[in-house]
Amino acid sequence: MYGRGLRSLSILTVAAMALALSLVFFYAPLEAEQGFLQKIFYLHVPLAIIALCGFVLGGLLAVMHLRTRDSRWDMRSYVVIHMSLIFAVGTLITGSIWAKGSWGHWWVWNEPTLVSFLIVFLLYATYQPLRFAIEDPERQARYASVFAITAGAFVPMNFLAVRLSSAYLHPRVLGSTSNLPGSMALTFLVSLIAMALLFATMCKYELTAKHTRAQVRALRRLLSGEDGAPAPRGRSAVPSTSGPMTTPAAGRTSL
Amino acid sequence: MNAALIVAEAPALPLNTAGKYVAGAYIVVFVIVLIYVAIMGIRLSHIERDLGELLEIKKAADAAEEKPLPTLASTTGAQST
Amino acid sequence: MKRTVGALLRKELLVELRTLESVPGMSLFAVTTFVVFHFALNKSSVEGDLAAGILWVTLLFAAILGANRLFVADADQGGFDGFLLAPVDRSAMLAAKVITMLAYLVVLELVAVPAFALLLLGAPLGPALGNLVVTLALADIGIAVIGTLVGAMAVQTRARDLLGPLLALPLLVPIVIGGARATAPLLVATHSSGPAARWLLTLGLYDLVFGLIAYALFDFLLED
Repeated sequence: MYGRGLRSLSILTVAAMALALSLVFFYAPLEAEQGFLQKIFYLHVPLAIIALCGFVLGGLLAVMHLRTRDSRWDMRSYVVIHMSLIFAVGTLITGSIWAKGSWGHWWVWNEPTLVSFLIVFLLYATYQPLRFAIEDPERQARYASVFAITAGAFVPMNFLAVRLSSAYLHPRVLGSTSNLPGSMALTFLVSLIAMALLFATMCKYELTAKHTRAQVRALRRLLSGEDGAPAPRGRSAVPSTSGPMTTPAAGRTSL
Repeated sequence: MNAALIVAEAPALPLNTAGKYVAGAYIVVFVIVLIYVAIMGIRLSHIERDLGELLEIKKAADAAEEKPLPTLASTTGAQST
Repeated sequence: MKRTVGALLRKELLVELRTLESVPGMSLFAVTTFVVFHFALNKSSVEGDLAAGILWVTLLFAAILGANRLFVADADQGGFDGFLLAPVDRSAMLAAKVITMLAYLVVLELVAVPAFALLLLGAPLGPALGNLVVTLALADIGIAVIGTLVGAMAVQTRARDLLGPLLALPLLVPIVIGGARATAPLLVATHSSGPAARWLLTLGLYDLVFGLIAYALFDFLLED
């Protein structure tokens, strides 16, 4: 059951986000150089960190899929990568807003995190087109897993390369996370935890919805009688959960 | 480099210029989450509609079964929950 | 394993020699691109960063053209099935394809680099040649590995010509960074030092990481 624990997780997420926002606006001190604008830091950096961890996690889940051939791992990998892509878009937009506020430009090339994110975003944006271009569901899942693992290994490599290429040219534009005073560090930590919980909740939400839809389809097939052949899926980028392995048999509810 | 100058000129950026960027950033994230909630809401209503259809199909199937085999009515009734 | 790789390699090179469908195209593309750059940038000679950028971008796009075609014959004419039926280690195909791609790249560079020196480069290439060769060699390994991996993925999809470059370009960005930063100081008139070790190490690390990943994952792409 993907939905088990969803309610507790959501409540926890709401609480954490509320706490984080309160800390950001009522507790964390104003930073000397950037002033109020620096508050974006508590939004942009957690988004970035969670997105990156999500991409790597997607690669790890893909490894599990290739090892066990269980399509549920592929489903989890797909959802995590999808969600990380959304968080990556959020990172780029908030980073761009921060750059505009700091330097007057909507895009800066000398902020290595932002540049690395652009490249990673461009890479993962091909994940769904790749899936969509392969019709056979088993092959689609397999190729997607190979891609997820390759891309997951690419993420740290890319960060290293971009960081190297700009380190000695320009100072960091948007500040770093090291040597933060205690109150800022606490606020940052809470924001990070809240963002991680948000990510987990949204992924769980997505997985539950997909699984529910698959169960409804399976039920429809059962009810339309034994002679009803499964309806052709057509082309889809979404991993299938209605294979013979995951059709719920009578009495089995845990997945 | 010119940190001292910057601090001297604008020690803390006034709310009416920096504020809109911060607000913009937080609003963007909020909207992204809201869009996601909306998409999930649409999916939920689709699932609800599908389940309603399936319930109708099942009821129709039960009703069709009841008529030609009245002797089995008790077992059919016990099974159809 | 070695014999399998040797046999596959011989097949690849024979096919290429007979059909000449990849390498001449790649080389011609590179030279033509240099001409286009001349008109686009409105410069008769370039140096340093600009020169390195033009050279690497051109090599990259020519390489992608070659990588796109690497598996097409196998996919369209049953080469995969034939290989899968043989009782050999599947990594042999990876090794053979990577070496083939490397060979294509070497020939490409043998044509493109002199053409570049002739057409656009404002600085003498002679003194920097050794360092340039080393940098190109390291980068070529990475390009070959990624090109093979992406080529194998893209060939089974519907939009293979589009998806291949789309997948390969972001993955190859670290190579562009390492290669261009390493060669920029080589392409100046008063070149003093060699490429910074940092960039060569980056290229080497990239080759190692993705070589291992390709080796681990390639089998999964071949299954049916």
